[in-house]
Amino acid sequence: MRRLLSGNEAIARGAFEAGVTVGAGYPGTPSTEILESLARYKPDVYCEWSPNEKVAFEVAAGASLAGARSIVTMKHVGLNVAADPLMTLSYIGVEAGFVACVADDPGMHSSQNEQDSRNYARFAKIALFEPSDSQEARDFTILALQISEEFKTPVILRTTTRVSHSRSLVEQGERSLPQQKVGLVKNPPRFVPIPVWGRPMRRKVEERLVALQKIAESSPANRIEWRDRSLGIITSSIAYQYVREVWPEASVLKLGMAYPYPDALIRKFAAGVSSLLVVEELDDFLEQHVRALGIACRGRDIVPGIMELSVDRLLESKAKLEGRAVPENHPLPFTQDLPPRPPVLCPGCPHRGIFYALGKKDVVVTGDIGCYSLGAFPPLDRMDSILCMGAGVSMAQGMEKAGESRPVVGVVGDSTFFHSGITGLLDIAYNQGHSTIIVLDNRTTAMTGHQDHPGTGRTLQGEMTKQIKIEDIGRACGLERIFTVNPYNLEQSEEVIFRETEAPQPSLIISSAPCPLRERKRVGPVRRIDEDECRGCELCLDLGCPAIEGGEEHPHINAALCAGCGLCQQVCPAGAIREGDGA
Amino acid sequence: MSGREMEMQAQSETKSIVLVGVGGQGILLASEILARAAMLEGFEVKTNEVHGMAQRGGSVVAQVRYGPVVHSPLVARGTAQVLGALEQIEALRFAEFLRPDGLAVVNAQAIVPVSVSSGAARYPADVESRLKVAFPRLAYIQAGEAAAQLGSLQATNIVVLGAVSKGLDLPEMAWQEAIVSSVKEKFRELNLRAFEKGRSMV
Repeated sequence: MRRLLSGNEAIARGAFEAGVTVGAGYPGTPSTEILESLARYKPDVYCEWSPNEKVAFEVAAGASLAGARSIVTMKHVGLNVAADPLMTLSYIGVEAGFVACVADDPGMHSSQNEQDSRNYARFAKIALFEPSDSQEARDFTILALQISEEFKTPVILRTTTRVSHSRSLVEQGERSLPQQKVGLVKNPPRFVPIPVWGRPMRRKVEERLVALQKIAESSPANRIEWRDRSLGIITSSIAYQYVREVWPEASVLKLGMAYPYPDALIRKFAAGVSSLLVVEELDDFLEQHVRALGIACRGRDIVPGIMELSVDRLLESKAKLEGRAVPENHPLPFTQDLPPRPPVLCPGCPHRGIFYALGKKDVVVTGDIGCYSLGAFPPLDRMDSILCMGAGVSMAQGMEKAGESRPVVGVVGDSTFFHSGITGLLDIAYNQGHSTIIVLDNRTTAMTGHQDHPGTGRTLQGEMTKQIKIEDIGRACGLERIFTVNPYNLEQSEEVIFRETEAPQPSLIISSAPCPLRERKRVGPVRRIDEDECRGCELCLDLGCPAIEGGEEHPHINAALCAGCGLCQQVCPAGAIREGDGA
Repeated sequence: MSGREMEMQAQSETKSIVLVGVGGQGILLASEILARAAMLEGFEVKTNEVHGMAQRGGSVVAQVRYGPVVHSPLVARGTAQVLGALEQIEALRFAEFLRPDGLAVVNAQAIVPVSVSSGAARYPADVESRLKVAFPRLAYIQAGEAAAQLGSLQATNIVVLGAVSKGLDLPEMAWQEAIVSSVKEKFRELNLRAFEKGRSMV
């Protein structure tokens, strides 16, 4: 029976069927559900959320070296964190099948950059698979694990948001376990890349690439679909699906195993069509190579390389290819001046109180990646920079050392702190900084859908475990000024934060309150605005709470949305906000 | 017919549905039920939805496509047979997806974005007249009220889905089976009634 699965669920299914017994990863949209789905196959598969992608990569690599088929999952920017082990695992090679599942985010739906992770396959000199729907996500995962094991190489399975988060029908099979027994077979020249052994490994990487290229030439993942020969299109990933709708008559070379490039297949296809077009999302990863082979083609000159592709965008490319005028797309008159609806901090979000408090004084706030990135939007407008996971801590140190005259406050989430905030904190203590670091501890990885982490006391597969305390880590890193605040208490939060920004030593402030979205309950009683008492000053609107709606004369609290956090009651100078829904 | 003509024919039979609203309104469940109903009828199905940063109280879009053959999981501009909106200005925002002869089901509910509360933007006062201009085939329904009368505001999404179903050719049995297999047992009766109610509103 066929099942309707997302690309991510299908990857997990493929991994399960291929006998994977270890999965590790760090949550990141659009990759998160791969590991969440695989984790449901317990006890057949061990799965863990690791503190970050580098650790996860190494856990999966260790499992592979010990003889267990494994996968590691992450979003595109996570592979930057795991790039160090990736580059050298390519030399060492793997033992049992090992696949790094990496999800790119063209269009930056939920990411800070739009990198094309296919480049990592060429960079690390390893094989690359790119599914275009859920069936291929399952099939290619199995194929990638087999190739990995046969050629003793790590393999990248790269998806995009639209592959990971689209659902389509999948024909699935049974789980089959590999014959291999678990147990590291001692062989230092194979597993230890000190120069004397590493140099031979380096040469083997090139030999392996040649062997992998032969595989790519005849891989079932790569196929030519001959139709009309006047136009041939080389494409991969989700772009293939758009191509089939925009050019249903064209011949297509679909590359599911896109690296090493199948040169002979590309030449054969190019020779069989009168004109050639390359359609790929983001970088000209395929096109550059086609040109390097001396084959003329169209591509980036008419297919956009920024933001995700779509049927609509490719219809414009088609018009350009055929020399027709590109139809202009005028905004419809009835959509004029529609109020934007960007994502916002939820009603009752504990982060809101801290950002509101930070707005009271002239401080510089270095931010980080998570729900709290939304604190950068007006009206809170209290985040001055974001770079990557952990940078909220380390960049505070840099700004301070540069001589920034205002106090510098670094803001980082709990999961992000465990991910890569700890080393930054260590740096501040060691190098005698005095920034104030606030950990917004809502005891979950909220943005990606509430995953567990070392501070939650629970594992991915639901076991109770040691709950690592952020204050203990702070102390171990050498900080002496460590305080916990309740972010729903504005007065206390403000007092502690601004006292600490004046302190001559570094401080760690833990803003401690669980995410109400995860708890699935109100923080406190619903609030209402007494219209007789309200002076219409609208200070409550500065909280940017979705439950507080501006009115003609008075704001109004939407009782259905209010989470009862009571911040509005604390900011109201007229005492007009009370408990009760007014019903 | 040639292979090419068959492919074109099959593609032309693909149905596209766009469901829009605000994070938390149950768009994803509605799209899941729709996809299952189409699957039960033996069609190829593809859906797409938003996650992560795009979800926190922001605009949410779910797209479902079904037919003998479906390639793109994304709906192209001007090709959807039905647009279902759980919030009224979101219907306007995503109106471009709908075919000129498509059915728009719009729940008469306003959820005020923070951009309005903070004074940076205004919620349009003329939503209903805009909707009438935007959608020649408009079902402007009080889905929330209907759901509340049936016992729970939470079923608003299913009332809208019921109305959306009138613009599609899937048999009622498939919808019912899809609802039963998608929701927890204690909510089944409510959701089946909410669906029926929605169907009667178009």
